[in-house]
Amino acid sequence: MGRNSSAAMPMENVFTEQQQGRAGRPTYVGRELLRLVEERDDVVVLSADMGAVVSELRERHPRRYFELGIAETNTVSVAAGLAASGFRPYVVSMGPFGAIKCAEQLRADVAYTHLPVRFVARLSGLAMGFFGTTHHAVEDIAIARSITNLTVVAPSDERSAVALLRSTVDHPGPVFYRVSEGGTATVYVDEPAMERGRFVPVRPGTDATVIATGVGVPAALGAATVLDREGMQVAVVDAVYLKPLDEEAILRAAASTGAILTVEEHSVVGGLGGAVAEVLARARAAPRFRVHGLPDEDLDVGLPAALLERYGITPTGVADQVRELLR
Amino acid sequence: MTGPAVLERGRPVDLDDLRRRADWVRLRTIQLIDLAGLGHYSSTFSCAEILAALYYHGLRLRPDEPEWPDRDRFLLGKGHAAVGLWPILADLGYFPGDWLERFGQPGSPLNDHPNMRTAPGIDFSSGSLGHNLSVGVGMGLAARLQDRDYRTFVLTGDGELQEGQVWEAVMAASHYRLGNVVAIVDANGFSGGGPTSHAMNIEPIAARFEAFGWLTAEVDGHDVAALVDVLDELPSPRSDVPTCVVARTRKGRGVAMMERTPQAWHLGLLTPEQRDEALREIEARLVSLPPRGGGLGGEE
Repeated sequence: MGRNSSAAMPMENVFTEQQQGRAGRPTYVGRELLRLVEERDDVVVLSADMGAVVSELRERHPRRYFELGIAETNTVSVAAGLAASGFRPYVVSMGPFGAIKCAEQLRADVAYTHLPVRFVARLSGLAMGFFGTTHHAVEDIAIARSITNLTVVAPSDERSAVALLRSTVDHPGPVFYRVSEGGTATVYVDEPAMERGRFVPVRPGTDATVIATGVGVPAALGAATVLDREGMQVAVVDAVYLKPLDEEAILRAAASTGAILTVEEHSVVGGLGGAVAEVLARARAAPRFRVHGLPDEDLDVGLPAALLERYGITPTGVADQVRELLR
Repeated sequence: MTGPAVLERGRPVDLDDLRRRADWVRLRTIQLIDLAGLGHYSSTFSCAEILAALYYHGLRLRPDEPEWPDRDRFLLGKGHAAVGLWPILADLGYFPGDWLERFGQPGSPLNDHPNMRTAPGIDFSSGSLGHNLSVGVGMGLAARLQDRDYRTFVLTGDGELQEGQVWEAVMAASHYRLGNVVAIVDANGFSGGGPTSHAMNIEPIAARFEAFGWLTAEVDGHDVAALVDVLDELPSPRSDVPTCVVARTRKGRGVAMMERTPQAWHLGLLTPEQRDEALREIEARLVSLPPRGGGLGGEE
C-alpha cells in the first residue's frame, strides 16, 4: 500500500505515510501527553489499542500508562475510576469507536460525575474514511455537545491542538477533544492563546463570516484568499470550543457581517451548524445563514483528502458556499 | 489530636446483630419505598445480609470523612438496591437520618440509584448496569499507583453479568493483577424480565471468573457467618489475584409473598395492607432475637 509499504506501520500513521511520506513521525498527541506526564504527578494515560502514538511515554513511564486492549467502553469507565481517585486520566481513542461507542460511558461515568477525564478522540471526522463507513466519525460533535457537563473542543491544526491540551489541564470537569487529522494544513504560525468558551478569530472580513471547526478552518482560510481576489472580504473564525459555545462571537458576526457560513467535517445534523443556528434563533438574529457539512446520507469511502474534496471541505468548496450565501 | 474514628476491617460483630441488621434493612426499605411511592424491593432483599456484613464488619470506613483516601471503596453496581444502602449510611453517620424522609423526591440527594455527587458515602454513581466493575478496576489501579492498601468492592447482580463490559473489566482486573478488587455477585437468579439464565445463561459463574484468572468463593448469601468468614479470609489487597464472591441468594428474601413471586416485586409499591403484613413478618423475627449493642433506630 503506497510507496512505504515495506515498513511496518501503525494504523494511526497511515495518512502520515501516504500523504506526507514521513514514516514514523511522532505525533504531537504523544509528545504532549509525555510532557504532561512528566510535568504532573496526577496525569495518567489510557488507551484501547492506540498505544503506538504514546510509545515513548509507555516506555519511559510504564506505571503511568494503562493499555486496556480493544475494549473502549471498559477503558472509559476505568478512567472514571482513576479520576474518582485523584488522577487526571487522558484516554487516547479513535473517534468512531472511542467516542460513538462510548457515548453512554462518557455520559454516565464521566459527565454525570463531573470527573476530570480527558478524552482524546483522534482520527475523527473522515480521517479514517479509507477503511469504511464504520470508520467515519461524523456524529461525534452532536453526541458530545448534547452531554451535560462535557466540555467539547476541536483543534484545527497541530498548534491549536497543543494549545487546547495545555490550556485545559486544570479544568475540573471532563473534556472531549475532537482531533481529526484528516487534513494536514497549518492554521497558526504560533501557538494560539485559548480561553474557555471562546472562538479564535483567524482572519478579519466585512462581507461574510465563516465559522469553521477542525479541518474546515484551513479550508475556510483558503476560500477567503480566493474570494479576496474577487473583492469579497470574508472573516474566518475558528470554533475551537464547541461547548461551551461562543455565543457572543456568533451574534457579533451576525451583526457585523450579516452573513454566516458554518463549515465542519461532521454531519449537518447536530454539529457546529446546528449549534450556531440554535444561538441565532434564540437571539432572533437573522443573518444570511448556511450550513456546510457532510450530508445526512451514506457517505463515500476513500482516503481523507479525496473525501474532503468530494464533500467540498476545501478552499474551492467553501468559496462556492460563500458565493451561494451572498448571492 | 485524633482524627475521625476509623471503622476497621473485621471489627467484632455479633452474628445475631448482623442478622437483625439485615432484617432492619428490609424493614427500612419497605418504609422508604412507601414514602417514595415506588422502589425495588426484592433485589434489595436478596443483598440485605451482604450489605450488613460489609458495612458492619468488612469495610474499613471513616464516616466522618467520606472522602478519606484509605477507605475501602464500595460500588453498588446493581444500583437499584440503593434503597437498602441509604438507611445504613445514615445509621453510620454519613448524613442525617431525616434525609431518608425525602428519598426519591425531586431534589433529594438520595435516589433510587446512587449518585456520588449528592450522597455522602457513595464512592461512585451507578444506574447503567455493567459499568461499576470497570470503575472498580480504575480504583484498584489508582490504589497501586498511590501505594495504598484499600480494597474496592463491587456488588453486581447475576443478570448484570450478561453485560459484555463486565467481562472486559474481569479481563483487565486479572491482567493488572488487582488483588485489591473484590467482586461480589448477588446471584439471586432473577433479572428484570425473569429467571436470569432463561434470558441468557450466565452459569457457572465461579468457573467463568476462574477461567479469567480470578480467585472465587461461593457462599450462601443469607448466611451471615459465611459472609463474615469470606470477608475475613480475603487475600491481602497487596496480593495479585482479584477475588469474586458468588453469593447465592433468594430474590425477595425475608418476606414470604415476595419469595413466592420475586419477579412481581422487582419494582413496585406494596398496598397498605401488604406493607403492614410484610412489616409484621419482619418485626416478628426482630423481636425473636435478643437486642444487643446500639438500637436499630440509630439513624434517628
